[in-house]
Amino acid sequence: MVENKKYVNKYNFAFIDEATKKEIRRKLLKAIAIPGYQVPYSSPEMPIARGWGTGGLHVTLAIIGADDIFKIIDQGSDASVNACNLRNFVRDMTGVKTTFDTAEATIIQTRHRITEEELQANQIFVYQVPQPEPLRGVERYENKTRQMHGEADYAKMWVSLYEQFITHGDIMLGAGYPVKVNDRYIMAPSPIPRWDVPNLNHSKAIHLFGAGREKRLYAVPPHTKVEALEFEDVKFHIENFNGTKCVKTGYHKAFLDELYFDDGSKHFLINDSNFLDKLSENLQPVQHSNPYLNQIKDEKN
Amino acid sequence: MKRTDENWLLKVSNLTKIYGEPDENTIANTGPEVNSNICPNTGSIVACANINFELYPGEVLGIVGESGSGKSTVVKLLYFDMEKSYGEALFSAHQAGEINILDESNQMKRKIRNHLMGMVYQNPRDGLNFRFSSGGNIAEKLIMGGNFNVASIRNRATDLLEKTEVPVLRLDDRPSSFSGGMQQRVQISKAIANNPPLLFLDEVTTGLDVSVQARVLDLIRELQQDLGIAMIVVSHDLSVIRMLTDRTLVMKNGRIVERGLTDQILQDPQHAYAQLLVSSLL
Repeated sequence: MVENKKYVNKYNFAFIDEATKKEIRRKLLKAIAIPGYQVPYSSPEMPIARGWGTGGLHVTLAIIGADDIFKIIDQGSDASVNACNLRNFVRDMTGVKTTFDTAEATIIQTRHRITEEELQANQIFVYQVPQPEPLRGVERYENKTRQMHGEADYAKMWVSLYEQFITHGDIMLGAGYPVKVNDRYIMAPSPIPRWDVPNLNHSKAIHLFGAGREKRLYAVPPHTKVEALEFEDVKFHIENFNGTKCVKTGYHKAFLDELYFDDGSKHFLINDSNFLDKLSENLQPVQHSNPYLNQIKDEKN
Repeated sequence: MKRTDENWLLKVSNLTKIYGEPDENTIANTGPEVNSNICPNTGSIVACANINFELYPGEVLGIVGESGSGKSTVVKLLYFDMEKSYGEALFSAHQAGEINILDESNQMKRKIRNHLMGMVYQNPRDGLNFRFSSGGNIAEKLIMGGNFNVASIRNRATDLLEKTEVPVLRLDDRPSSFSGGMQQRVQISKAIANNPPLLFLDEVTTGLDVSVQARVLDLIRELQQDLGIAMIVVSHDLSVIRMLTDRTLVMKNGRIVERGLTDQILQDPQHAYAQLLVSSLL
């Protein structure tokens, strides 16, 4: 009898078939070669609906190997539902080791945050992106936005920032602040808070972005210039947590969540769960260093 | 400045725009002689053909003709709103006039358009973005010209609105809340924001009431005298042409049928169509 080798496992390693993984990897190489450029890709069917993190999952599954150590966070937390389910899925489909420890992981998938702890050259950071097109807010037609990117015609984007400044007194983009990558393409950094945007600049790690529903991949290679759009006299700034500190650790130089306790009192807590754990255990994790973060004065706890 | 054969600002030769697939006789089979711009053999439409003219710095050139005569097409081709079929346009402000601007890359065309040209359309909706404030619309042109300083953008926009007599208080209002005449003034402000040497005006006063028309025309004439901008004025209205222009081209069926000094054409038209046009003047 002929031995059944092909269907001996229910799934291929990392769920997606090899040909499609190869296609995604080729598109990722193209994305890395042209920093900030959106590369269309196949976006194959997954057991979760498009728009629920499929883009990030495609990237992770296409690049993961048996030796990788995988971490996934959702808005900074290792424990949220989206993160837990995707972690279980990746572990079941690959058998790789998973971790909460940012420093230990080789692939970190994320939804809407960059880890507080500094990323290293051996790490790949994978984003789940809902809307890859930074110009969608000012131009609704895809063929137009592609032409605008092709010709670096970004005046409309700038005018929308100008308009926000004159109507609201500030550029009102909390998450997904547009950035210019390598002096060429304007890119949506996925809805990460402003706090995280400067951490993309000259990062040691590879940053890969996958938008499953919109079928686009893009990337920021290591040591690449990433600047937030700003006017000469209206500057980009990060979130201001002045006068607040983490209720658990007393630390104030991290992105904080606002919490209400049962007695109605308002407190703040570090958003990045692994960073919070490490601080609580006095492990002194190394943080990203950027001019905006460095400006924040060290207060006494 | 003295006009010689050499010091033109814009030199257009053989500019042609044909829709459809023409054959070798298409241009011969159309035109004012046969009173049609549709080729009888191929069905292709000749919007304009064999347009030749020169424009000198600071000069105002009028293009007059009935609707469908191709006058707007000429301006839109020169402002890169449409792709030409054949022809050449040399622009002395770009590469010393040695390169056909109609063959440049899209990126270069946009640069020429933003730095060296301005356009005022008949309908303000074509020239303005109604989702941005009037200041934002002017800012768009300034940003495209490389100004990334909000304070200086606002100063310049304020100056321009003052110059075009739009109340500066309305700098941050959307043009959709403006009257037609004010929208047209904002459009003019935007068009001249980067001090371009060349301005296109496509039926700017059509659809405005008479008193507003007069004020817009006054404004254009003032700007022309103050800033010395060369202009190409497209209109079917001979009184606009008479008021604004030095020289005039008369177009019919996509061809230039008569050219000369505006006064001369109005006093003593030669071509049958030009005679008809002048005699229909109320």
